[in-house]
Amino acid sequence: MNEKVLGIIFANMHEDSISDLTKSRTMGSVLFGGRYRLIDFVLSNMANSGVDEVGVITKSNYQSLLDHLGSGREWDLARKKGGLHLLPPFSHVQSGIYRGRLEALYGVSDFIMRSDADYVIMSDCDIVTSMDFNPILERHIETKADITVVYSRDVISIEEARRSTVFGINEDGRINDVMIHPSISGCANVSLNIFIVSKEFLKNIILEGAARGLYSFEEEILRGRTHEYNIMGYCHNNYHKKIYSMVSYFEANMDLLDSNNRAQLFPENAPVYTKVRDNPPAKYAIGASVKNSLVADGCIIEGTVENCILFRGAKVGRGSVVKDSIIMQDTVIGQKCSLDSVITDKNVKISDSRVLTGSKHYPLYIGKGAEI
Amino acid sequence: MYTKKECVALLLAGGQGSRLYALTQSMAKPAVPYGGKYRIIDFPLSNCINSGIDTVGVLTQYQPLVLHDYIGNGQPWDLDKQYGGVHALPPYQTAGGAEWYEGTANAIYQNIPFADRYNPEYVIILSGDHIYKMDYNAMLRYHKEKKADATIAVLDVSMEEASRFGIMITDKDNNIIDFEEKPKQPRSTLASMGIYIFTWSKLKKYLIANENDKTATKDFGKNIIPDMMKGGEKLVAYAFDGYWKDVGTLDSLWEANMDLLNPNIPIDLYDPDWKMYSRNPVLPPAYVGKEANVENSMISEGCSIDGTVDFSVIFEGVTIEKGAVVTDSIIMPGSVIRAGAVVEYAIVGENCVVESGAHIGARPETIENRDDWGIAVVGHNITVSQNAEVKPKQIISENV
Repeated sequence: MNEKVLGIIFANMHEDSISDLTKSRTMGSVLFGGRYRLIDFVLSNMANSGVDEVGVITKSNYQSLLDHLGSGREWDLARKKGGLHLLPPFSHVQSGIYRGRLEALYGVSDFIMRSDADYVIMSDCDIVTSMDFNPILERHIETKADITVVYSRDVISIEEARRSTVFGINEDGRINDVMIHPSISGCANVSLNIFIVSKEFLKNIILEGAARGLYSFEEEILRGRTHEYNIMGYCHNNYHKKIYSMVSYFEANMDLLDSNNRAQLFPENAPVYTKVRDNPPAKYAIGASVKNSLVADGCIIEGTVENCILFRGAKVGRGSVVKDSIIMQDTVIGQKCSLDSVITDKNVKISDSRVLTGSKHYPLYIGKGAEI
Repeated sequence: MYTKKECVALLLAGGQGSRLYALTQSMAKPAVPYGGKYRIIDFPLSNCINSGIDTVGVLTQYQPLVLHDYIGNGQPWDLDKQYGGVHALPPYQTAGGAEWYEGTANAIYQNIPFADRYNPEYVIILSGDHIYKMDYNAMLRYHKEKKADATIAVLDVSMEEASRFGIMITDKDNNIIDFEEKPKQPRSTLASMGIYIFTWSKLKKYLIANENDKTATKDFGKNIIPDMMKGGEKLVAYAFDGYWKDVGTLDSLWEANMDLLNPNIPIDLYDPDWKMYSRNPVLPPAYVGKEANVENSMISEGCSIDGTVDFSVIFEGVTIEKGAVVTDSIIMPGSVIRAGAVVEYAIVGENCVVESGAHIGARPETIENRDDWGIAVVGHNITVSQNAEVKPKQIISENV
């Protein structure tokens, strides 16, 4: 990157949309795609775009996130200058647990002010995509925008719209309408919750927000000042999936079984980094049958697996049949079990001969560490 | 704590590995891939850190680029330390001139200053061509208990195998009383594993004496061990009974990989208490396609499998297209097996392309004369063109 850019990641936003998975972890540390956590995508996008200073804002339940990110070495962000900074809520006067993005930024304003960056990229962790921030920043500078918002043009359901911010955009790409959680469906410009601003601009709105008691960036800045500021939209067309419900989480994982989606999400020149676990390769036993599945390192498969995502260290016993399911890290499925449309969280143990059935529209979720 | 290490490891990684020919043209033997995601050197390095030895000198000489790059700062093995850690030690120039490492003893001799920086009581000498899991600390305890000057790890092998190894003859207290290099009629079945612990002050003395002897071959087995025996030092054998495999030949490298697929062979890479570390690839999980058949195999990250894989070890980033068949084989990182190609009883090196219709290797039962049969080997970065054939025992190091 030619300009000095600071990345800010909001690790806790949208947790209520998949409350089962975020019961004991942040949105950013939700497991995804066999070996990742949701934050890996945005953090890798930043690292691959040349952003070498990133702050991760957390609120609660951030133990798993701290454990996952460590010093940031896997993202090449363990740096003397810049690098990765975890920003749990400070508890000084006027700060503490924040209510909205603006308030959260105010809580970490010392960190932002100290950075020598000229621009700030802010992102949530609810979008799975591969994105190069360089052309977006170039456009931001070119159009002299106050704020650039990244959106995608998608056909969305009413459920998705109710969990989204939707933009009206004029022919110059300028945002002229902002709808938050509208009850609409069909083709819309959906916010990907990624924003670029100059540091100076951010500083001003943070300070003004604190003075006026504003706390929501979307409501009070984007929507409240749509016509006051020059807010530009940048359309992102590459593969992307927003995680706004259990079903969309399930679908996003299953999207990885499509080679076209995989090629877009894991391009050769922009790898997705994650915490290393030092597992041996996956082992397929005699009698194993695996079709249309993603299998991570450290798995041991003795049974039948179809249309599944198997995370690192998952085990499927002899005679078991697992279909259309997401089996997270270190889950052990015994012998002669049958699982269909199930999501097992980490470290689940399923004894021999159990039958568990969900549906694609309502996958059966089994919580972390459960023994069945 | 910053002035001393009790035991420092010196890993001999400079050998050419000439019997692995096609796989070691561009890399030293310890850098040769093994076991789906490892390189041979991962085993001694992981054993070191798991044994609590955090200072390792890796003596390199032949084709060190890949090896040095792989070791880096040692972080994947937790060997990036403020004091200690892993150090690549290639030969260097001195005021008196420049010298290559001539023999194992000379290589260690030239690195006396490295070991001395840590003022160790003991050094452990390792080599980069064996696959095994071993607690060096247990061996060190034994060395201390026995008040030995040198302890040599030995493996009890069969009488037939014994003539391929250096054989230790011991008394009932495990003292080594004699030593034979590859004897025709072995007097014992205790084979040296190429793992030595020395009391450093003693070893240093013999290394210097050996260096001053102009007629010496500067080799541990030929000089240092016999010299110490003659000098009346206490040499003991330390019996090891786990899995240990020399991967110095193409056949043994193939077998050692196949051993991982055999549930009756005691090498467990899945043991959380003795993890084998390696430099992990940054790749998504493996995808196994709708028409794939995968059984009794190991498959690493980033692979895309649409064909048939049976009894094989598939490294990271390998593509096996629809209709391709890979059995009893090893496919190293980044290679592509195109639709309809057949690979049987073979080793395919890194970043190869096997075009459709090509046929590499053959099953032993299809060959009339068993002497004509052997593992087929395709070296690194090679294209095997459409419908080309690589016969059993054939070793390819140029495009065909």
